[in-house]
Amino acid sequence: MSEVPEKDYQGAKIGMWLFLFTELMLFGGLFILYAGSRALHPEEFHTASRELNVFLGVANTVILLTSSLFMAAAITAIQKGSKKLAMRLVALTIACGVFFLINKGVEWSQKFHHGFYPNGPALAHSPAGEPIFFGLYFIMTGLHGLHVLAGTLLLCVMLVWLARDRVRADDYVSLENSGLYWHLVDVIWIFLLPLFYLAA
Amino acid sequence: MSYLDSPGGGLRSWLTSTDHKRVGVLYLILMLTLFWVGVGIGFTMRLKHLSAGNFLISAQTYNALFTVHGVIMIFMFVIPGLPAVFGNFFMPILIGSRDVAFPRINLLSWYFFAVGSVLAILSLFTGNGPPDTGWTFYVPFSIRTSTNVTLAVFAAFILGMSSILTGLNFITTIHRLRAPGMTWHRMPLFVWAIYSTAWIQILATPIIGITLVLVMIERFFNVGVFDPGKGGDPLLYQHLFWIYSHPAVYIMIVPAMGVVSEIIPTFARKSIFGYKAIAYSSLAIAAFGSLVWAHHMFTSGMSDTAGLVFSLLTFIVAVPSAIKVFNWTATLYKGSIEMAPPMLYALTFIFLFAIGGLTGVIQGALGLNVHLHDTYWIVGHFHYVMFGGTGFAFFAALLYWFPKMFGRMYNPKPMYVAWAHMFVGFNLLYFTFLVMGTMGMPRRYYAHLPQFHAAHLIATVGSWILVAGLMILFGNFVAALFKGDQAEDNPWGGLTLEWKLSSPPPAENFAEIPTITAGPYSYNPTRTG
Repeated sequence: MSEVPEKDYQGAKIGMWLFLFTELMLFGGLFILYAGSRALHPEEFHTASRELNVFLGVANTVILLTSSLFMAAAITAIQKGSKKLAMRLVALTIACGVFFLINKGVEWSQKFHHGFYPNGPALAHSPAGEPIFFGLYFIMTGLHGLHVLAGTLLLCVMLVWLARDRVRADDYVSLENSGLYWHLVDVIWIFLLPLFYLAA
Repeated sequence: MSYLDSPGGGLRSWLTSTDHKRVGVLYLILMLTLFWVGVGIGFTMRLKHLSAGNFLISAQTYNALFTVHGVIMIFMFVIPGLPAVFGNFFMPILIGSRDVAFPRINLLSWYFFAVGSVLAILSLFTGNGPPDTGWTFYVPFSIRTSTNVTLAVFAAFILGMSSILTGLNFITTIHRLRAPGMTWHRMPLFVWAIYSTAWIQILATPIIGITLVLVMIERFFNVGVFDPGKGGDPLLYQHLFWIYSHPAVYIMIVPAMGVVSEIIPTFARKSIFGYKAIAYSSLAIAAFGSLVWAHHMFTSGMSDTAGLVFSLLTFIVAVPSAIKVFNWTATLYKGSIEMAPPMLYALTFIFLFAIGGLTGVIQGALGLNVHLHDTYWIVGHFHYVMFGGTGFAFFAALLYWFPKMFGRMYNPKPMYVAWAHMFVGFNLLYFTFLVMGTMGMPRRYYAHLPQFHAAHLIATVGSWILVAGLMILFGNFVAALFKGDQAEDNPWGGLTLEWKLSSPPPAENFAEIPTITAGPYSYNPTRTG
């Protein structure tokens, strides 16, 4: 604990990890809600889950996993000093984020179109647990979508910083922290996929 | 140049300052303002009970008043009070640092706090009238009432973000910015308390955040996750709410215990007894305190097994609190005690907190809880903990550190007079609550039955004496701010690092970062920590 350098890398990363804990707890509240609701209505959750498009869900999983690979590669690239490669990889990560959101948008609009939303026509006569399933689906994937959006915007900032050499081979902690955030968003999706799409 | 003058004394330089000391003072100003709003509301509610029926205010206004009193006092005073004000100002100094790890985020969290407070106050005057749900925002009423719950809940959400950022900042600071030689076991106990509290802040607060978001979503879209008519479960709301809000009680009390652990060795001129026990009991409280939330729900229809488990855990969490009380008492034994105002208030904390803690153990028993739930007993209990505990510790901290913070010494005599008023008024008010509760007076009732009238009168008179004491206390502080003598650098003979700085401290705290070679309370050389 001797002289603390002007920029404390370790400190910045501790701060980021603590922030990720808070994000986990934020989603944790919703996972509790999901667990409680599903325990009350196991069959309704099973039936309602069939309405979700497994193909789109899995496609989005592949997209996010790939994006995490690009992200990790981008950090390695900048560590090794190849700025151009790092920028390309960050751009690819951003593209994956955008694809994910488009995909999600298509999925949501289909559900709305067919009336599968709480108080919607398709669920007017379904048993009590099914609107809860769709309610939680929209709340949890919605909150997750907001996180993807935030992560994508954050990575856009990183792209600019890379271009301006604010993130560089000897100072890349902000890119690393953005990467941590991006992986967290990815991990949360990995839990959302089975809970909603594969529950049937 | 003290931090008060550097850089510049203008409003702008204060509102853009990332100096942890200035941020602490900004919090102090805002919080004391809100505190007095809360006091005014509480005072008004007591006035209402001068009559058993319709008097002074309408029943609807009464509902709004107890809601707003709770929201302001809990979310804007007792929860953030000690960490945000004294944690910000003194924690970095106590570990020998020049600032917190993320100074800009620190200022940002003050702005979140300010915005949250303004929105909460706005919710009183806009929309369909102030929220009337009680500070707990229980469903289904909070979803159905037409009053301005959405804005109030949003305000609490923003205040939560402020709390999270502060906690995150403090943990990182304590891990990274300790002076050379400041090992974990040489940290002052207030720092240990702030550290434990910060963990609760970052782990528990997001849960209330998402819960409040769910209330907003339900109010806008009526999804029904808490509505049994649609297959939801209102008990889930209560669980989610208390998963945060019970640990929040420890966000309130643990830093208060930290303050007392600083004051007692200073005024007993003795090294603290059981340093490690006190330090680790803070962590133990943070850990066990996160596992007791459902004792708020014993009468809600939750399963009996759950009730038994949570009752047992509730008893267990009393153990680390008792460890602290015994260690403070042991510190006093054969000490050279100087009953200066901070010490008097700290000892009062121990007395009042002991009553608050023991009443808490009593209502943690399943059988008794059925009788005591939702009565004035509960109101009495948590005022003993929050006001008698955290409130008095806040005053003790202010009395202890005021000369350091502002470089002015207050006149001690009125502080004793204020104490006498507050002590008598407080017990008259809240002990009567405990008695009334055992007799069956339900909380949050606008009207009361004739058999409770005498007790209500006694409590109301107590509230006058209490407020009179508060006025003397703060009046004297304000007088000291403008007319007080220049404070010495170390008026109490303390040994921790803040007393080695000038009063008020220079902007950069330490010209040279100190090297620490001993524990914080080495009063008697044979027993250095």
